[in-house]
Amino acid sequence: MEDIKKRIRITKFLDYIFAIVGLLSTLVGLALLFTLMTDLFMDGFPRLGYKFFASFPSRFPDEAGILSAWVGSFLVLLVTASAAIPIGVAAGIYLEEYAGKNWLTNIIEINIANLAGVPSIVYGLLALVVFVYFFKFGESILTGGLALALLILPMVIMATREAIRAIPNSIREASYALGATKWQTVQFHIIPYSTGGILTGIIIGLSRAIGETAPIITVGALTFIAFLPSSPFSSEFPFISFKWLFDPFTVMPIQMFNWVSRPQHEFQLNAAAAGIVLMMMTLLMNGFAIYIRYRFRKKIKW
Amino acid sequence: MVKELKAEVKKLNFYYGRVQALKEINLPIERRKVSALIGPSGCGKTTFLRCFNRMHDLYPHNRYEGEIILHPDNVNIISPQMDPIEVRMQISMVFQKPNPFPKSIYENVAYGLRVRGVSKREVLDEKVEKSLRGAVLWDEVKDRLNHLAFDLSGGQQQRLCIARALATNPRILLFDEPTSALDPTATLKIEELIVELKNEVTIIIVTHNMQQAARVSDYTAFMYLGEIVEYDKTDRIFTAPSNKLTEEYITGRFG
Repeated sequence: MEDIKKRIRITKFLDYIFAIVGLLSTLVGLALLFTLMTDLFMDGFPRLGYKFFASFPSRFPDEAGILSAWVGSFLVLLVTASAAIPIGVAAGIYLEEYAGKNWLTNIIEINIANLAGVPSIVYGLLALVVFVYFFKFGESILTGGLALALLILPMVIMATREAIRAIPNSIREASYALGATKWQTVQFHIIPYSTGGILTGIIIGLSRAIGETAPIITVGALTFIAFLPSSPFSSEFPFISFKWLFDPFTVMPIQMFNWVSRPQHEFQLNAAAAGIVLMMMTLLMNGFAIYIRYRFRKKIKW
Repeated sequence: MVKELKAEVKKLNFYYGRVQALKEINLPIERRKVSALIGPSGCGKTTFLRCFNRMHDLYPHNRYEGEIILHPDNVNIISPQMDPIEVRMQISMVFQKPNPFPKSIYENVAYGLRVRGVSKREVLDEKVEKSLRGAVLWDEVKDRLNHLAFDLSGGQQQRLCIARALATNPRILLFDEPTSALDPTATLKIEELIVELKNEVTIIIVTHNMQQAARVSDYTAFMYLGEIVEYDKTDRIFTAPSNKLTEEYITGRFG
């Protein structure tokens, strides 16, 4: 009896030890993040304001802003989303609902999973060769957006497949049993029921794309831009213009990098402020993804 | 009264890849009657049922041999020339577990019509009401047709699935153990409904519950190891089976 009590005491002590070790490990991560954020905020917060968002970069740190950077980031992301969403979702649907299960689709599947792990700079090189040199898109918003689209395409495909796989087979059978074709089943059931999961994947992909620097530098984004891309609207018919697609650009992380590499302390503050903006953008997008997932989970539970 | 046949199964063989699941099945399906398929687990009754609306075509490596002739058109619905979608347009199915779509009650019932290109609101409204009445669900849901089908109880969901299958005026309605996931009260309602429905539609039901077969069906086929051992009027099968195996199964000595 004494023996057992002793054993229990020892195991309980080990329990206690691990609880402390686990707590400390968690705190290390949290504390680091907290320090980083506080530091960033202390440095950058005073710089945030309307003028910071509405000004071009400048030689004078007080006058410099992120106008061209956030507009560039926004437009690049627009191109990325327009390319990656239709292609990625269509590929995901095809692989799950249409393609047979054989060695070829297995190889494709493994390759897509591998593509998600390819370093982003490699996508930059690919985009440089294909979009800049071969298609002659130039060092433009279009090239940057497509480079990032390549980068997040595997993520979008995988998110789509995961979301589709969560739909129980009984739903497909119910649809087919009523005489539906494959496309009707996809259109009325597969796409609507997987939208939550797909959107979540897309937004997380985009929030990764917005912070990417390497592929954007590789395709030749500029680091100092004091003008905006051409307007998407024109005064003549058809009133919209796609000229902006071929304009040079910069993005948030490159603007940050540019400021960080300057010797003056004031520019470091600008970098911190831009960092806050970038982080907020990412957090907002991730928050939105969580919200969407929550909304859809509430409506559709299998 | 002369028997009127809705369908005739002739020398049906079915293979999952190399495994033969159904062997030389011959069976008449009487018009506007309930035919029950009974037998121990794995005897092929569900496999057989799913031949009628070509569900096996959804998965690779499945193969049919023989004929299922649908009357009065005299077409073989399992011939490779026959489009499975055309077959499913005429032969509906209710599954083991209620599987409503995560849509409104209304949209669940209307789906089969939408698939057929019906989009006029008045036609849909009328058909939805008629089908829900046919499935004895109308009074329970008429005030909340826009609610999600998942809000209904299990038994109501299954009746919704029956309404969904009825909406397209099927010529044969297939039931695959429709009450195995339901409680006794809900089961009773479904059984009453099946007896009611045979006035309008030919029904084939798979069940592992022998009392259920005895209660709802007019004809019963006893299956064992992929073959039909005995087929007769239900009361004959349950009172005076001619095959020893059938007798042993219905008296609960095996299976």
